Amino acid sequence: MKLLTGNDLGSGDVVWWTGSGWSRDVKEAVDAGDGADAILKQEEAARRVNASYAVDAGSDGLPVHIKDRIRAAGPSVRKDLGVNPDIQLEKA
Amino acid sequence: MADPIVSFAAFEGSNATAVRIEPGDDARVLLPHLDRLTLVEVTFPAFRDGRGYSSARILREAGYTGTLRAAGDVLVDQVPYMKRCGFDDFVPNAPLDAAVVEKLSSLYPEPYQRTVDGKVPVWKLRHG
Amino acid sequence: MYQYDKYDQAIVDARVEEFRDQVRRRMAGEITEDQFKPLRLMNGLYLQLHAYMLRVAIPYGTLSSKQMKMLGHIARKYDRDYGHFTTRQNVQYNWIKLEDTPDILADLASVEMHAIQTSGNCIRNISSDQYAGAAADEVTDPRPWAELLRQWSTFHPEFSYLPRKFKIAVIASPEDRAAMRLHDIGIELVKKDGVLGARIFVGGGMGRTPMIAPEINPFVKADDLLSYLEACLRVYNRYGRRDNAYKARIKILIHEHGADNYRADVETEFAHVKTLDLDPPLAELERISAFFAAPAFDPNASDDVDRSDPDFAVWLDQNVKPHKAKGYAIVNIAVKPTGGIPGDATSDQIDLMADLALDYSFDELRVTHAQNIVLPHVKKSDLYAVWQKLDAAGLANANLDLVSDIIACPGLDYCSLANARSIPVAQKLSERFADLDRQRDIGELKLKISGCINACGHHHAGHIGILGVDKKGVENYQITLGGSGAEDVSIGKIMGPGFDQDGVVDAVERVIEKYREVREGDERFLDTYRRVGNDVFKEAVYG
Repeated sequence: MKLLTGNDLGSGDVVWWTGSGWSRDVKEAVDAGDGADAILKQEEAARRVNASYAVDAGSDGLPVHIKDRIRAAGPSVRKDLGVNPDIQLEKA
Repeated sequence: MADPIVSFAAFEGSNATAVRIEPGDDARVLLPHLDRLTLVEVTFPAFRDGRGYSSARILREAGYTGTLRAAGDVLVDQVPYMKRCGFDDFVPNAPLDAAVVEKLSSLYPEPYQRTVDGKVPVWKLRHG
Repeated sequence: MYQYDKYDQAIVDARVEEFRDQVRRRMAGEITEDQFKPLRLMNGLYLQLHAYMLRVAIPYGTLSSKQMKMLGHIARKYDRDYGHFTTRQNVQYNWIKLEDTPDILADLASVEMHAIQTSGNCIRNISSDQYAGAAADEVTDPRPWAELLRQWSTFHPEFSYLPRKFKIAVIASPEDRAAMRLHDIGIELVKKDGVLGARIFVGGGMGRTPMIAPEINPFVKADDLLSYLEACLRVYNRYGRRDNAYKARIKILIHEHGADNYRADVETEFAHVKTLDLDPPLAELERISAFFAAPAFDPNASDDVDRSDPDFAVWLDQNVKPHKAKGYAIVNIAVKPTGGIPGDATSDQIDLMADLALDYSFDELRVTHAQNIVLPHVKKSDLYAVWQKLDAAGLANANLDLVSDIIACPGLDYCSLANARSIPVAQKLSERFADLDRQRDIGELKLKISGCINACGHHHAGHIGILGVDKKGVENYQITLGGSGAEDVSIGKIMGPGFDQDGVVDAVERVIEKYREVREGDERFLDTYRRVGNDVFKEAVYG
């Protein structure tokens, strides 16, 4: 399963591809399947996303790598500032 | 019709009046020949490679008065820096936005450093 | 403090307009991210893990209360109510919007501040001794020289696309409080035959290949300094490696080429550059120096301090340092609360420190490379009042230079380059050693944590260093021992295999307990380590 992520160009917010647009909430992210490259190219060109890339997601629907789990959650040391601060960061 | 530009390697031993130098070429090799040169083209294969800025200054510091061209991956926001290093001609891969060039050229009236562009540095303005 | 004249102000104002236009062009799609990136970086704007991050320059770490207030204002208005003081004496905001940055830069320019060259492959903000102008051991105040360099390096047209970033530090004391020899160029101001000049070290740095800068010139005269540095930089710009970003710093050029060869190349270039009339007259250094004249200290200020409050007395002994003026002291505000985030301060805390500077420190503050704040000129009779106000704001932790005064980079909680988190390790360690009596018994111990090999947390220079790495997708922490960023500069050595987050806290504790067991007299941890070597500690940790 592939998720697409990047940052909003103007605000810098971490965003996730929902199938029709971009959301700050990783729980709204969908599997981009084989379309990842084409979607990213189109969305970057339209400046709807910046510095985008595809990440592998696990069975929980969340990114596998800790770096992207932190991007989805927010800083682990400032849970008050995160979008999904309760996401488990370490592998189970 | 301008003379053809020869490569740095082909320049020595030739009678060429125009030469192209790459980032790794030593501009000082040209110094004994400045009298006959009318064009030096300094290439920027990648905009991040700043060696050409030193090449340009070295040529101007030695008294070169011919055309000094920046060619290649030259970005509009770099043009003011290049002018300060002595470039006076630009052949970028992608065309420069003339309005931006114009705006940038008048943005910074007085620089901190003396270079080769004749601008009076701030310290000179302060102390005469 | 330095004050801008019309020329300085015009340059900073122009930068705001230039960047406003660059942002507009990026938002409109006229330039790509690849083209915009070096432009925003030269304004200190990174794209980090969660958002844009703006790094604001604090030249040589010196601030007025008005400038400090502006930092609090920016945190409140444009960020999430806090700022982060960095190991380069700067401040960073973690949640900045690209759209807001031109306005933030305009706000900064209104108090003579900027974000110029706080990133990018150019000459970065000049760092210095946080006790400059107050230290008893300085031969002169290094800040006028640093300001001279700030102006020279600002928008230097030849050196804005260097092979890699370039950091310069200037000190003027035998005691090195700025990690001077771990900079690309370290300058120590010295006196020779009664004349001030610059002793030049080139090619130090941390990162993945830590090196201590060798001396390149024992004495450069003030009116040759900019020409000499111009020569140093030109040789680097022309011959520094550009084939591999990890080998592009000047330390690699000097390592591969040899310090003697580099010195000879610089001498040749200097002989040429010196003919070009690039150096300002000495009157310019004098003009700048006038701004840094000592404040009007009260000649009748008393050295007496009432130590009857025991908590105050501990803070006094730990965080307050001798001042060159009778009746005055240097106050260190350790931005290191137990269990807190090293270097983070809320808008309200920033405002409070600004107010204290205005009321008690001749309107001056400093930021230290250890991520603390200094009130450089406090009357001893005011110390108790200052302490009470700091204490009420949670800023009176008496742990300066102790094991919980930890330097930590933002790490994987914020930084897109990081491999592991740094801050949680710092928090756990500061909680483990929360007992101040135990910390004071351990004594001076510089613990520094980096979340990746780039070493922003200065782990190589830690008496105990911790380096976070990515071990097959899991955070892992290596310990280095025996580093120092002071005048006894050294690079720490890796002790052995790494640990997980809790394991590294336990391991540090075992190292420290071993030190308490084997130390002799009043040896610091570093002295004991240097005497007994690595194996004693290795044995204690790994058995």
